[in-house]
Amino acid sequence: MGEFSNWDVLRNLLLSVPWTLFLSAIAFVGGTAIGLLLLILRIWKPATVGLVISWYVQLFQGTPLLMQLFLTYFGLGLIGIQTTPLMAATLCLSLYSSAYLTETWHGCVVSIPRGQWDASASLALSLNEQLRYVIFPQALRLSIPPTVGLVVQIIKNTSLTSIIGFIELTRTGQIITNITLAPFFVYGLVALIYFAICFSCSTFGRALERKFSFQQ
Amino acid sequence: MKAIPSQRLLEISNLHKWFGETEVLKGVSFNVDRSEVICIIGKSGSGKSTLLRCINGLEIFQSGEILVKDKPVRCNDAVVLRALRQNVGMVFQSFNLFPTMTAGKNIMLAPKLVKHKTAFECHEIAKKLLKRVGLEDKFDSFPNELSGGQQQRVAIARALAMNPEIILCDEITSALDPELVGEVLRVIEDLVKDGVTLILVTHEMHFAKKVSDRVIFMHNGKVHEMGAPNEIFLSPQTQELKSFLSMTESIR
Repeated sequence: MGEFSNWDVLRNLLLSVPWTLFLSAIAFVGGTAIGLLLLILRIWKPATVGLVISWYVQLFQGTPLLMQLFLTYFGLGLIGIQTTPLMAATLCLSLYSSAYLTETWHGCVVSIPRGQWDASASLALSLNEQLRYVIFPQALRLSIPPTVGLVVQIIKNTSLTSIIGFIELTRTGQIITNITLAPFFVYGLVALIYFAICFSCSTFGRALERKFSFQQ
Repeated sequence: MKAIPSQRLLEISNLHKWFGETEVLKGVSFNVDRSEVICIIGKSGSGKSTLLRCINGLEIFQSGEILVKDKPVRCNDAVVLRALRQNVGMVFQSFNLFPTMTAGKNIMLAPKLVKHKTAFECHEIAKKLLKRVGLEDKFDSFPNELSGGQQQRVAIARALAMNPEIILCDEITSALDPELVGEVLRVIEDLVKDGVTLILVTHEMHFAKKVSDRVIFMHNGKVHEMGAPNEIFLSPQTQELKSFLSMTESIR
């Protein structure tokens, strides 16, 4: 297989990057939507809702994403529901991310000082208004660093979708290694590409943090 | 002095509150009339702040009754609370300004959301109130750019913006450096002159003596003694008040 040059390796790896980015985007957007919904339900809190959500979080945090993907894709097939890899990946990545995001954001909301709730309540604001104008703007600022951290995790975790047939960056690396038999070179490149993506995310996050920063 | 017959604003009768197993308010009763200034004194843990927080529904209470302008305070009824809190403003020990908003925006928020005033009206209200507390040049300053005393004056202006009938002040000078206490107390004195009804939990005994119409001494979750400032400070009746006063004297 001598005709596979270094350039071919890099080109093929880079061609798979959009899939990694696309899956990350799905996971983040889906996770954010579900995570926000769960966050609001949890703050609204009938106690039972909070309990159910904390079990949901435990379930998705306490089992490997690899198993979740496997069980969703093949399990749903077994009980007769036709899934495509994209559907299964969208579902799993969104639910998995939402568990981490909602837990993190809940922590941010809880850490807003009691006095902010008291002050906004004593001004006759409703719960909605308290959240929207007082609590969330502060929680949002607090949440930027941990959220960026989670996004980086999500990006790396998309590699697991190769188990249900996605040919994203990691899987492409595996395939190329099978051809070139040069794992150190190929996986080294794969790692560098992941690093470049994640590093840009962190840098962007830090910029965001600076932009929104305020001292108390 | 008061030509108009005094009007009852607040009636508290037989108020009981538990935190879990601990009873922190053990049957508190007293009334407040319009334009009265009440200072509540007592040791920490005597239930002063809790009592204050019950009045605007920040704490639930288990039995007894609080009437504000003849309407009962019901802690689990959002509609009742929203109406109540437009009548009862509160200023806190730790200022609790919203750090994401300028001083002006802090004041404008509630009139905009709750009273549905226009942006222009809110702006005018905020400007006027900042002037009243002597901070007309701080409209666009964020809380972290203000001193503690300035923050507390903005917090007072924020409470005034809802035009409440009663203002509750919960140890509003306790978190301040000594040299900043005076500027906050001067603002409160101005409110007293304007006839605002005030209930202050305070450790500033001299101030309490000077401004209040009545002083309430709380001890162990009860109103232990109540009376005109002269009676309370010059001829305390009970041993508990005597020892409390001598304790606060010796601190000075």
